[in-house]
Amino acid sequence: MTTVDFDPGAAAARATDAILHDTLHGTERGVVVDSPPGAGKSTLVVRAALELADAGRPLMIVAQTNAQVDDLVLRLAEKNPDLPVGRLHSSDTDAYDKALDDLPQVRTSARAADLGGLPVVLSTAAKWAHVKVDEPWPHAIVDEAYQMRSDSLLAVAGLFERGLFVGDPGQLDPFAIVGSEQWAGLSYDPSASAVTTLLAHNPALPQHRLPVSWRLPASAAPLVSRAFYPYTPFRSGTGHGDRRLAFAVPSDGSGPDRVIDEAAESGWGLLELPARHTPRTDPEAVRAVAAVVRRLLDRGGAATSERAPGTPLPLTADRIAVGTAHRDQAAAVRAALAELGVADVTVDTANRLQGREYDVTVVLHPLSGRPDATAFHLETGRLCVLASRHRHACIVVCRAGVGDLLDDYPSTEPVQLGTLVKFPDGWEANHAVLAQLSEHRVGWRP
Amino acid sequence: MSLITTLARLEAVSSGRAQPTATVRHRHLSERPLVFVPLTTAGEAGAPLGALVGTDRDAPRLLVVPQPRDRDLRFSFLADLADTVLPYLDSHAESVEAAERTETDPETGKRVKVEVELCADAPQLIVPSRAGLDLVRLLGRSMRFRRTAEQDPEAPHPAPPRIPLLGRWLTHYGERSRVPGSALLLALTDVLSRHWATGQSGLEDQHLGALLAWIDPPDGTRGDEAARGAELARDAAGQLLCPPAGPATDPAFDNKLLAPAIERYDRARTALAAAEDALAADDRLAALTAAEREVRDLVESRTRPTWDAVWRGLDLLRALPQGAHAEERWTRDRWSFTGHRDRVLAGEPPQPRRDDAVTAANKLAAREREQARLEAQEALDDPLVMAGRRLAGEAFAGEVTDVVLAYSEGKRPSPRPLVTVRTDDRPHLAERARVYRSLGGKPQSAELVGQEAEGVLVLRVLDRMGRGREPEPGSVPEKGDRLCFTLFEHEQRGGAKLPDPQDTPWTHGGPPGEPAPEAPDTVTEEDVL
Repeated sequence: MTTVDFDPGAAAARATDAILHDTLHGTERGVVVDSPPGAGKSTLVVRAALELADAGRPLMIVAQTNAQVDDLVLRLAEKNPDLPVGRLHSSDTDAYDKALDDLPQVRTSARAADLGGLPVVLSTAAKWAHVKVDEPWPHAIVDEAYQMRSDSLLAVAGLFERGLFVGDPGQLDPFAIVGSEQWAGLSYDPSASAVTTLLAHNPALPQHRLPVSWRLPASAAPLVSRAFYPYTPFRSGTGHGDRRLAFAVPSDGSGPDRVIDEAAESGWGLLELPARHTPRTDPEAVRAVAAVVRRLLDRGGAATSERAPGTPLPLTADRIAVGTAHRDQAAAVRAALAELGVADVTVDTANRLQGREYDVTVVLHPLSGRPDATAFHLETGRLCVLASRHRHACIVVCRAGVGDLLDDYPSTEPVQLGTLVKFPDGWEANHAVLAQLSEHRVGWRP
Repeated sequence: MSLITTLARLEAVSSGRAQPTATVRHRHLSERPLVFVPLTTAGEAGAPLGALVGTDRDAPRLLVVPQPRDRDLRFSFLADLADTVLPYLDSHAESVEAAERTETDPETGKRVKVEVELCADAPQLIVPSRAGLDLVRLLGRSMRFRRTAEQDPEAPHPAPPRIPLLGRWLTHYGERSRVPGSALLLALTDVLSRHWATGQSGLEDQHLGALLAWIDPPDGTRGDEAARGAELARDAAGQLLCPPAGPATDPAFDNKLLAPAIERYDRARTALAAAEDALAADDRLAALTAAEREVRDLVESRTRPTWDAVWRGLDLLRALPQGAHAEERWTRDRWSFTGHRDRVLAGEPPQPRRDDAVTAANKLAAREREQARLEAQEALDDPLVMAGRRLAGEAFAGEVTDVVLAYSEGKRPSPRPLVTVRTDDRPHLAERARVYRSLGGKPQSAELVGQEAEGVLVLRVLDRMGRGREPEPGSVPEKGDRLCFTLFEHEQRGGAKLPDPQDTPWTHGGPPGEPAPEAPDTVTEEDVL
C-alpha cells in the first residue's frame, strides 16, 4: 500500500462526513454504505440517526433481528439519553430486551400508532412489513441491508421516502428455503439481497464505504481484506503493537496449548487434526474445539488493546466465541464444553454470529472432514463471518486435506444469465485463507 | 441429507432393496389421474416426438409427430393433446361445492366472508420424472401466447383453437408443481423417492425403471442388480431393454431406429407430393401411411414400458395409507385449480412471460410457508419422519414423570403447569426455548424451564388449557403419558401483505405499467423449413 502516513481515524472521519452529508443534504432517494467487518457500522447508524433527529426529521430504523434492534436502541439511549425513542415490537412474549423497560425515554409498543410523533422508531423488517401508514416517514435507515432479502425490502419500502442503507457485502447472503432459480437474473429477484435490487433499479445512488476496521487486529485485516474484499480493500485501525494477548500459565506442550501460543503471537492458529472423512459433528474435532476453549480459560489470558493501553484485561468466557457452520455442530460443541465445565462461552453458527465481536474466536472449519465441498460450505460469506469476529486472535480447528478437497471440487454452480457473479468465489477465498492459516499450523493427534 | 436418510440409504445398499422412509403416503393421489408420458426430439428444445396420455391404464392414447421438425405436425400433436387433456380438466371444473373465502371488500376495505365455488375435486397430472415437469412448463410457455385465427385473423401461422388454452393450463400446473407439498402435477420419481430410500444417488433415482427396481424388484432378484439391469441391459440389436422414462430418448434408439424411420417417412412424403396421377398417389399414400405407422410403433414401444411403470409406481404408492394432512394440502390444490378456472372464465390474459416484483415476492413467500408447513405436517403424520426429526435434535419423545400445577403471576393467574419429561432423545434445546405438541390436532406450546438431569426436562405448559383458573380436563399432560414435543412450530403464520403491483416502490423499479400485449416472436427463416 502506498499510504505510508495513513491516519485511520482521519480516513474514517472523512468517509463518515461524506456519508452524513449525502444523507442529510443529498438529493438522491438513497445512500448505500458498504462496511467491512467491525468498521463502525453501528456507530455510523447511531450517529446518522441522532443527526437526522437533531435536524427534526422523523426517522424509522429497520434492522433484521430483534437483537440488532435492541442493541441499536441501547446505543441510541447511551449517546443521547434525552431523545425519545420508539421500539415497535411483535406481540410475542419476550419480544424485546427487558433492559429497554428501564429507560424512561424509550416507549415500547406492538402497535405503530402508539409510537406516532416520536423522532425515532425502530423495529425489525418483519414487523415493519405489517405497518400501514398514510404519510410515509421522510427518512429511514436500513441496517444490515446486505442480509435483508429483496422481498423484505419490497414490503417496507413504501413506508419511507429516503433511505440510508448500511451493510457488509462480504457476509452471508440472505437465503430462501425453497428454490428461486425461476427469478434468477431478474433485477427484483425476491431472493437476492435488498441492496442488489436497490442498485439494479437505482444505479445512480451514491455509494460509500468505510475504510477502516476497528475490530480486526493488524494481523487479520490484510487477509480478510484480500480474501473477501479484493476490490474494496480496507485496513485495520490499530497497528501491530497495539494489541497483545498473553497467558500467565505456560504451555504444557499439547496441541491446544501450542496453537493458543501461535495465535497469541501471530493472530492466527490452525489446529490440524489427521485427515479423515467424518460425520458433521466430528467427535474428535468437537472435542478439540472444546479443549482449546478450556485451555484458553485455564491459562489466565490477558488482552491488552488500544482501548486501555498498558492495562491488560482478563480473557473471560464472555470474550470468547466458537463458530461453526451447522447448528448441530454448535450443539455438539456446547455439549462438549459443558462436559469440560465451561459455561458462558458463546457457541453459534456463522449466521447467528454476524455482527458480533469477541477477543478470541475458535472456529470449526466448514469443510473439515467433509468428502465434498457444497455451495453451502464454500459460501464466501460463511468463512468471512467466521474469520472476522475477533479482536485479537482466531484459532481454526480443521481436519487435514481441505486443500485437496478444494482442488477436487472446483465450484460448479450453474451460471444464471443476468445475475452478478460474486467475486471472490468461495473456492478462491477458501484457498486464500487456507494459505495464510498453513503458516500457523499446529499438527495434533488427539 | 438427514442422518436417518443416510442410514436408510446405507441399509438399502447392504440389503439390496429400497428402505421405506415414510409409513404413510404424503401426497394425495387422485382416483383417476391423467398420466402423461412425453418424448422429445434430440437436438431441438421442446419439439415433441410423441406421448402416451390418458386416464385408463389399459387404453392410453398414443400421439406421435412423425416428423418433429414439421411445425404443422407439431401443432396437430398439440391440438390432439388439448383434445385429451382439456376435456379431462373440464370434467372437474363443473362439479363444485359451496365454500367460504375471506376477501377485502373493495368499498369498505373490511375483511368479509364471501360465498364462492370450490371444485369438488381437481384434475391430477402425473409425469414419470422431474424432466417431465420441465417439459410441461416448456410446452405451456410455448403455447400460451399463440394466437388463434379467431383472435387474430391476420396472423400468418394461426394456432389451432384450443392450443393457447392448453398452454395456460400447463403453465398453471407447472407453476403449481413448484409449491412444496402440492399434488396437482407430480413427477412420479419425486414422489417415490420421498417414500423410499434407494442405495443409489438422488440423480440416479430420476431413472424410473431403476427406482422401481430398487423398491419392488422382480421375484428372486436383488434390487441393486435389477436397477443395474434397468439402466444398462440391452438386447442383441443394442437397444435398452428398459427405455428411459424420457422425455429424452436413448441415443442408440435415435440413431439406429428413429432417424431411419423418420427419413423413410420424409421420403414417402416427398414422393407423395411428387405423384403425378391418382393411381401413383394411392400407392404412395399407402407407403406414407406405412412409414408413419412405423414411427408410431417405435414411439409406442418406447413409451409403453414407461406408461406401465408409472401405473405400477402409483399402485405401490396407493398401497400406503394417506397421511392425515395430505387431504388438507389437496384442498389447497383444489383452490388453486378453481382459481385458475375462474381466471380463464373471466377472460383474463395468459400468465405473463415473467412475474412482476410483487408476484415473484408473493410466490416465494407462499412457497416458503408451504415448505415449512409440509415439513411440520409430514413429521406429525408419520412417526418415521418424526424419528428423523428426533434424531436431528428437532423433536423429542418421552414419558411424563411428574406434573406440578403452577400459576402465572398477575391479577388473573392462569394455569402454567410444570411437566417433567424423561427422554432418550437429545434435542437442541436452549433455556426458555419453545416446544410444541399436538393436542387434538392443535399445537399446545410449552417452554423449557430447565434440565434436571441428563434427559430429564422440565417444561412449563403455556396455552390451550381454557380460560378458567383450573385447566380444562385433558389439556394438561398426566404422569405416565408418552408425548412427542417438537422444536418447530406446527402451523405457519401468514406473511405480511405486500403492496399491490401498481404500488411497487421505487426500490423495485416502481409500478410495472400497463401490460403490453406480448408480441409474437418475429418469423425467422428457420420457422418455415
